[in-house]
Amino acid sequence: MWSILLNSNTGWVLLSTMTLGVAAGIVGCLTYWKRQNLMSDALSHATLPGVVISFLFIGEKNSILLLLGAAISALIGALLIQWITTSSRISEDSSMGMILSVFYGLGVMLLSIANKSAGGNQSGLNSFIYGQAASMVMSDVITMFLLALLVIFIMVIGFKEWKIYIFDPQFAKGIGLSLKGMNVFYTAVLVTTIVIGIQAVGVILMAAMMITPAVSARYWTHSFKIMVLLAAAFGGISGAVGTLISAIGSGLPTGAFIVLVASGLFFISLIFGKEKGILIHYLQFKMQQRVHLESTETLETEGGR
Amino acid sequence: MTYAAWIILTASLVGVSCGLMGVFLILRKQAMMSDAISHSVLLGIVIAYIITSEVSGFYMLVGGVFAGLLTAFLVQGLGSLNVQQDASMGIVFTTLFAVGVILISTSLGNAHLDIQHALMGEITFIPFHAISLPFIGEVPEATALLAIVLVIVLFFITIFYKEWKITTFDPALAASLGLPVLVLHYLFMSLISVTTIASFDAVGAIMVVAMLITPAASAYLWTERLTIMLLLSSVFGVLAAIAGYYIAVWIDTSISGSMAFATGIIFLISFIFSPSHGILAKYMRKVKTA
Amino acid sequence: MANPIINVENLAASYRKNTVLHDVDFKVNAGSLTAIVGPNGAGKSTLIKTMLDLHPALAGSVKFFGLPFTKAKKRIGYVPQRGSVDWEFPTDALDVVTMGLYGQIGWLKRPSAIHKKKAYEALEKMGMEEYASRQISQLSGGQQQRVFLARALVQNADLYFMDEPLAGVDAATERAIMTILQELKSIGKTVMVVHHDLQTVTDYFDHVLFLNRTIVEHGETGEIFTNKNIARTYGGSIRQMGDEHRHVVHTFE
Repeated sequence: MWSILLNSNTGWVLLSTMTLGVAAGIVGCLTYWKRQNLMSDALSHATLPGVVISFLFIGEKNSILLLLGAAISALIGALLIQWITTSSRISEDSSMGMILSVFYGLGVMLLSIANKSAGGNQSGLNSFIYGQAASMVMSDVITMFLLALLVIFIMVIGFKEWKIYIFDPQFAKGIGLSLKGMNVFYTAVLVTTIVIGIQAVGVILMAAMMITPAVSARYWTHSFKIMVLLAAAFGGISGAVGTLISAIGSGLPTGAFIVLVASGLFFISLIFGKEKGILIHYLQFKMQQRVHLESTETLETEGGR
Repeated sequence: MTYAAWIILTASLVGVSCGLMGVFLILRKQAMMSDAISHSVLLGIVIAYIITSEVSGFYMLVGGVFAGLLTAFLVQGLGSLNVQQDASMGIVFTTLFAVGVILISTSLGNAHLDIQHALMGEITFIPFHAISLPFIGEVPEATALLAIVLVIVLFFITIFYKEWKITTFDPALAASLGLPVLVLHYLFMSLISVTTIASFDAVGAIMVVAMLITPAASAYLWTERLTIMLLLSSVFGVLAAIAGYYIAVWIDTSISGSMAFATGIIFLISFIFSPSHGILAKYMRKVKTA
Repeated sequence: MANPIINVENLAASYRKNTVLHDVDFKVNAGSLTAIVGPNGAGKSTLIKTMLDLHPALAGSVKFFGLPFTKAKKRIGYVPQRGSVDWEFPTDALDVVTMGLYGQIGWLKRPSAIHKKKAYEALEKMGMEEYASRQISQLSGGQQQRVFLARALVQNADLYFMDEPLAGVDAATERAIMTILQELKSIGKTVMVVHHDLQTVTDYFDHVLFLNRTIVEHGETGEIFTNKNIARTYGGSIRQMGDEHRHVVHTFE
């Protein structure tokens, strides 16, 4: 059993899911502050038609082209969500829900056609959609690893620009940062992370990779920088530990375990988090109450004298 | 009745139930709650299966409502702890879904439950699982279930109509008038869960989301009256069911996928051509004033 | 002195580590019209919310008509800030006003013609009868505020709390609202209003409550609305007070 872990393929998978976790954690901090947490969910579902179309065209499972198809499809979804939200009374969450479900429906239609025309080939496609890190071949793993590194690199070198863009877009504009440019960059980074992530954890659970580490990190700090570092750490740990657990048994779903580890970290943060955790809140409330009582008591005794 | 008629009838029942519930869902700004519930319902179904070891409509319904309420409860709970609402939805449903996936892969082995089937739905086989009812005769099980759910939905919407309206528009006022806002919230979420599960087996999780959100959002672009919005939304749901079926037959593909896609087409038409809120009308007004 | 209908003792509230309100003590008599004024972050909205059980109190007690809030609920009307609801909701002005009656109508019953008539009359009072069947998304900000006021009127409460009803409304609406508030006062109702415009306090209100984390001063406008008290409440952040403009420099939170 432990030989699986020493297997070089598993080692690579582990490294790539960890890198993915780090990238998703960092990008998740952006979506958290833009209050677009579920955007990752909508866009990961919106990749399906693109994946299937590129599969239909090339007729085989070529990772790079499938990724490209997924990315284009998700980008169209993102643009539509933005267009619907800005030019009608439909709220952003409704637009996301529509794009998510309608794109997915289209994907299912196409998939059913692909299954008929391509016969047995589609099993590979399924693992692409539902995520099965353990079954990824070497070239997938390397692609994913490199793209995740690229995302991390972009986030790190532009850190202070991202920070201004997220916190005060108007100010950013004032100091000469192109908002349009940043929006394009943001969407590109978001889509890239989602596209590489769905291979490992699947369309549905991808949202957790982006949302959970960022929200967990929020419980420990008020500093954006530390939040990003923590989210990256939580994401990385989830990716690595989840992959390890699923590698122990056979046929265990990698994505689901990664998500569970992330949720576990969230739960711990929720309770023990240094800045916003439940425990600290409760203690602060009690402390306030006590301080308050004491101060009124002293007042009363002084008044009595 | 013919095979096609049963399928269209079943899907139309989904369309009407979801269309009605969807209106309140989007007005309450909780559209994505349908996404969350439709995914975590998987866990409820898996647990119902593990406990009873049979694939029965009734147990699945109970399990699903349980999972739906659990989701609503956890999201509400995290919200009261100052987690952003969309973030708590994302965390809750992915966690419950992941637990469901793990349970399927470990304890059920090669059971009947197939995630892919659950997510994509296969309405194609519905007419083959018939049950016999008094007076009516042979009816597909899913169709009968959906008919009951529609009656339940209609019942609750009608008797609590003004309560839904006020808790949706101004929950603070509702609370200050002494209405049990939280109880109504959970009742609403139970109804969403019931609708979701009943539709789930027929059309799949994602299709439910499409049917809940898209017809209601389309109707929102045509009218300023709640009653008309409810009516339009359910009509759009039925239209999508019919159009979806014929698209699927025409290009020989997944029926539920086509129905979800058809809701999208209805929205697109509304988005462009609606006389009050369509982009074409807005553009014309701009040209006129310019 | 008449029996006070609001009796707040030793009230305190906090957000996280910060105490927002402490040692708040005051009594309000029936038939008074009180402005709650104070700088940003003074806890004006928090005071109302804490009194109405919408925010947890750290300490202290609040009594209305000698009863705790839950028992007095039906006699209290709350008009939240206009921005607290989505005005794109598909309904018309009359319907929004009718909502104020839902508590009286009770479960399982539809609003009847009598209820609609009451609602219509309230709209008339606010000079909004022409707009009864107008969709609320098509109303201006001032008109929306008047609809909110009409809704509070049909509730027929004895005590009203209003959070910035005059914020961002046109002059006509401001006059209409103030006329109604005077009228409520004249028939013995009690009104407390969070107010931001110091210039109009003396014209509009007979009582004023200076708040900055705690009560700075509370009493009749004629007696206590002085430059000294204003300066005490607003600290150094007020630039005063030529006769033309009383200008408050708000501090950002």
